[in-house]
Amino acid sequence: MEEDDRVTLTDSQRKAQRSRSLAIALALVAFVVIMYIVTVIKMGPAILDRPMF
Amino acid sequence: MALVEKNGYEEAAFRVSEAQAGDYLALLKPRVMSLVVFTAFAGLVTAQAPVNPFIAIFSILAIAVGAGASGALNMWYDADIDAVMTRTASRPVPSGRISADQALAFGLFLSAFSVMALGLIANWLAAALLAFTIFFYAVIYSMWLKRWTPQNIVIGGAAGAFPPMVGWAAVTGDVGVFSVIQFLIIFLWTPPHFWALALFKSEDYGRAGIPMMPNVAGEASTKRQIFAYTLVVAVVGVLPSVLGYTGFIYGVVAAGLGGGFVYYAWKVLRMPESDRTMGPAKALFGYSLLYLFAIFAVLIAESVFARLGFVW
Repeated sequence: MEEDDRVTLTDSQRKAQRSRSLAIALALVAFVVIMYIVTVIKMGPAILDRPMF
Repeated sequence: MALVEKNGYEEAAFRVSEAQAGDYLALLKPRVMSLVVFTAFAGLVTAQAPVNPFIAIFSILAIAVGAGASGALNMWYDADIDAVMTRTASRPVPSGRISADQALAFGLFLSAFSVMALGLIANWLAAALLAFTIFFYAVIYSMWLKRWTPQNIVIGGAAGAFPPMVGWAAVTGDVGVFSVIQFLIIFLWTPPHFWALALFKSEDYGRAGIPMMPNVAGEASTKRQIFAYTLVVAVVGVLPSVLGYTGFIYGVVAAGLGGGFVYYAWKVLRMPESDRTMGPAKALFGYSLLYLFAIFAVLIAESVFARLGFVW
């Protein structure tokens, strides 16, 4: 694809994109942490009580 | 822009978004969300069931996201009428910062996500209640009742009243009588709250073609109905104490707050038709917010103190 075919973002578009990307990243990190904590709480010590093979 | 032209799209149909994260946050109706968090927390605390604090916090978070999702779906569907009402014209969709399709996708994704999360974090009854709440607000209220009948906010008020039941179900796995009473308090509080707003915003609603009670049945009838609902909510407000779910202090405070609510509704009932500044209606609207906040704050406080061993 030639350079001319690309959409060049304006400053405000780039700034908005960065703001959205950051929010998605934070939300994903929060979701992973929440699910990790919930898993530990729900399974308790049994989290390690499983056959390894 | 060559890429766009080659594919034959209109420029407006392919527009690089300038929406900030804050615009998406605004789609979630943060003020409504804060009330949902507060009342869901009341349901969760008053259930008096043993619960891990992390599970409680994450459950409330999932309920909040579900409430936000229904707000986004509402803004997607109502963008046309939001655009002509002064109160809502600056919302992200009518102002053009977020497209209707983006709002729809955001709302649908968060709806499914929040229900799944609540099911995994708490239990599937709570998740089912949350799903029903979102469906009720987005489909029954926004798509059907709102533009069709002056009873829109009466029936639709159920959507805003479910959060205490969802919070209760999240920690108990069932639906208790006390949570149903909390549902009733919000359900019966909704008509006087919104009709007070509809009285002094009737021109806005009229312009948008929404059949609110003052526009359909007239101001006199609306004022009488406001007063009637206020009397009922004042009585239902003290039921938790009468039925023994709370202590004496809640009963006294609820009775006092209910008395104040009736007083403000009475002032609206006596408001002359010639009064176009509608001071009493604005005062009732403000007081109704204080009423709901205060009554649930006392419910929460009593439950917390009861857990700590203080009983009165």
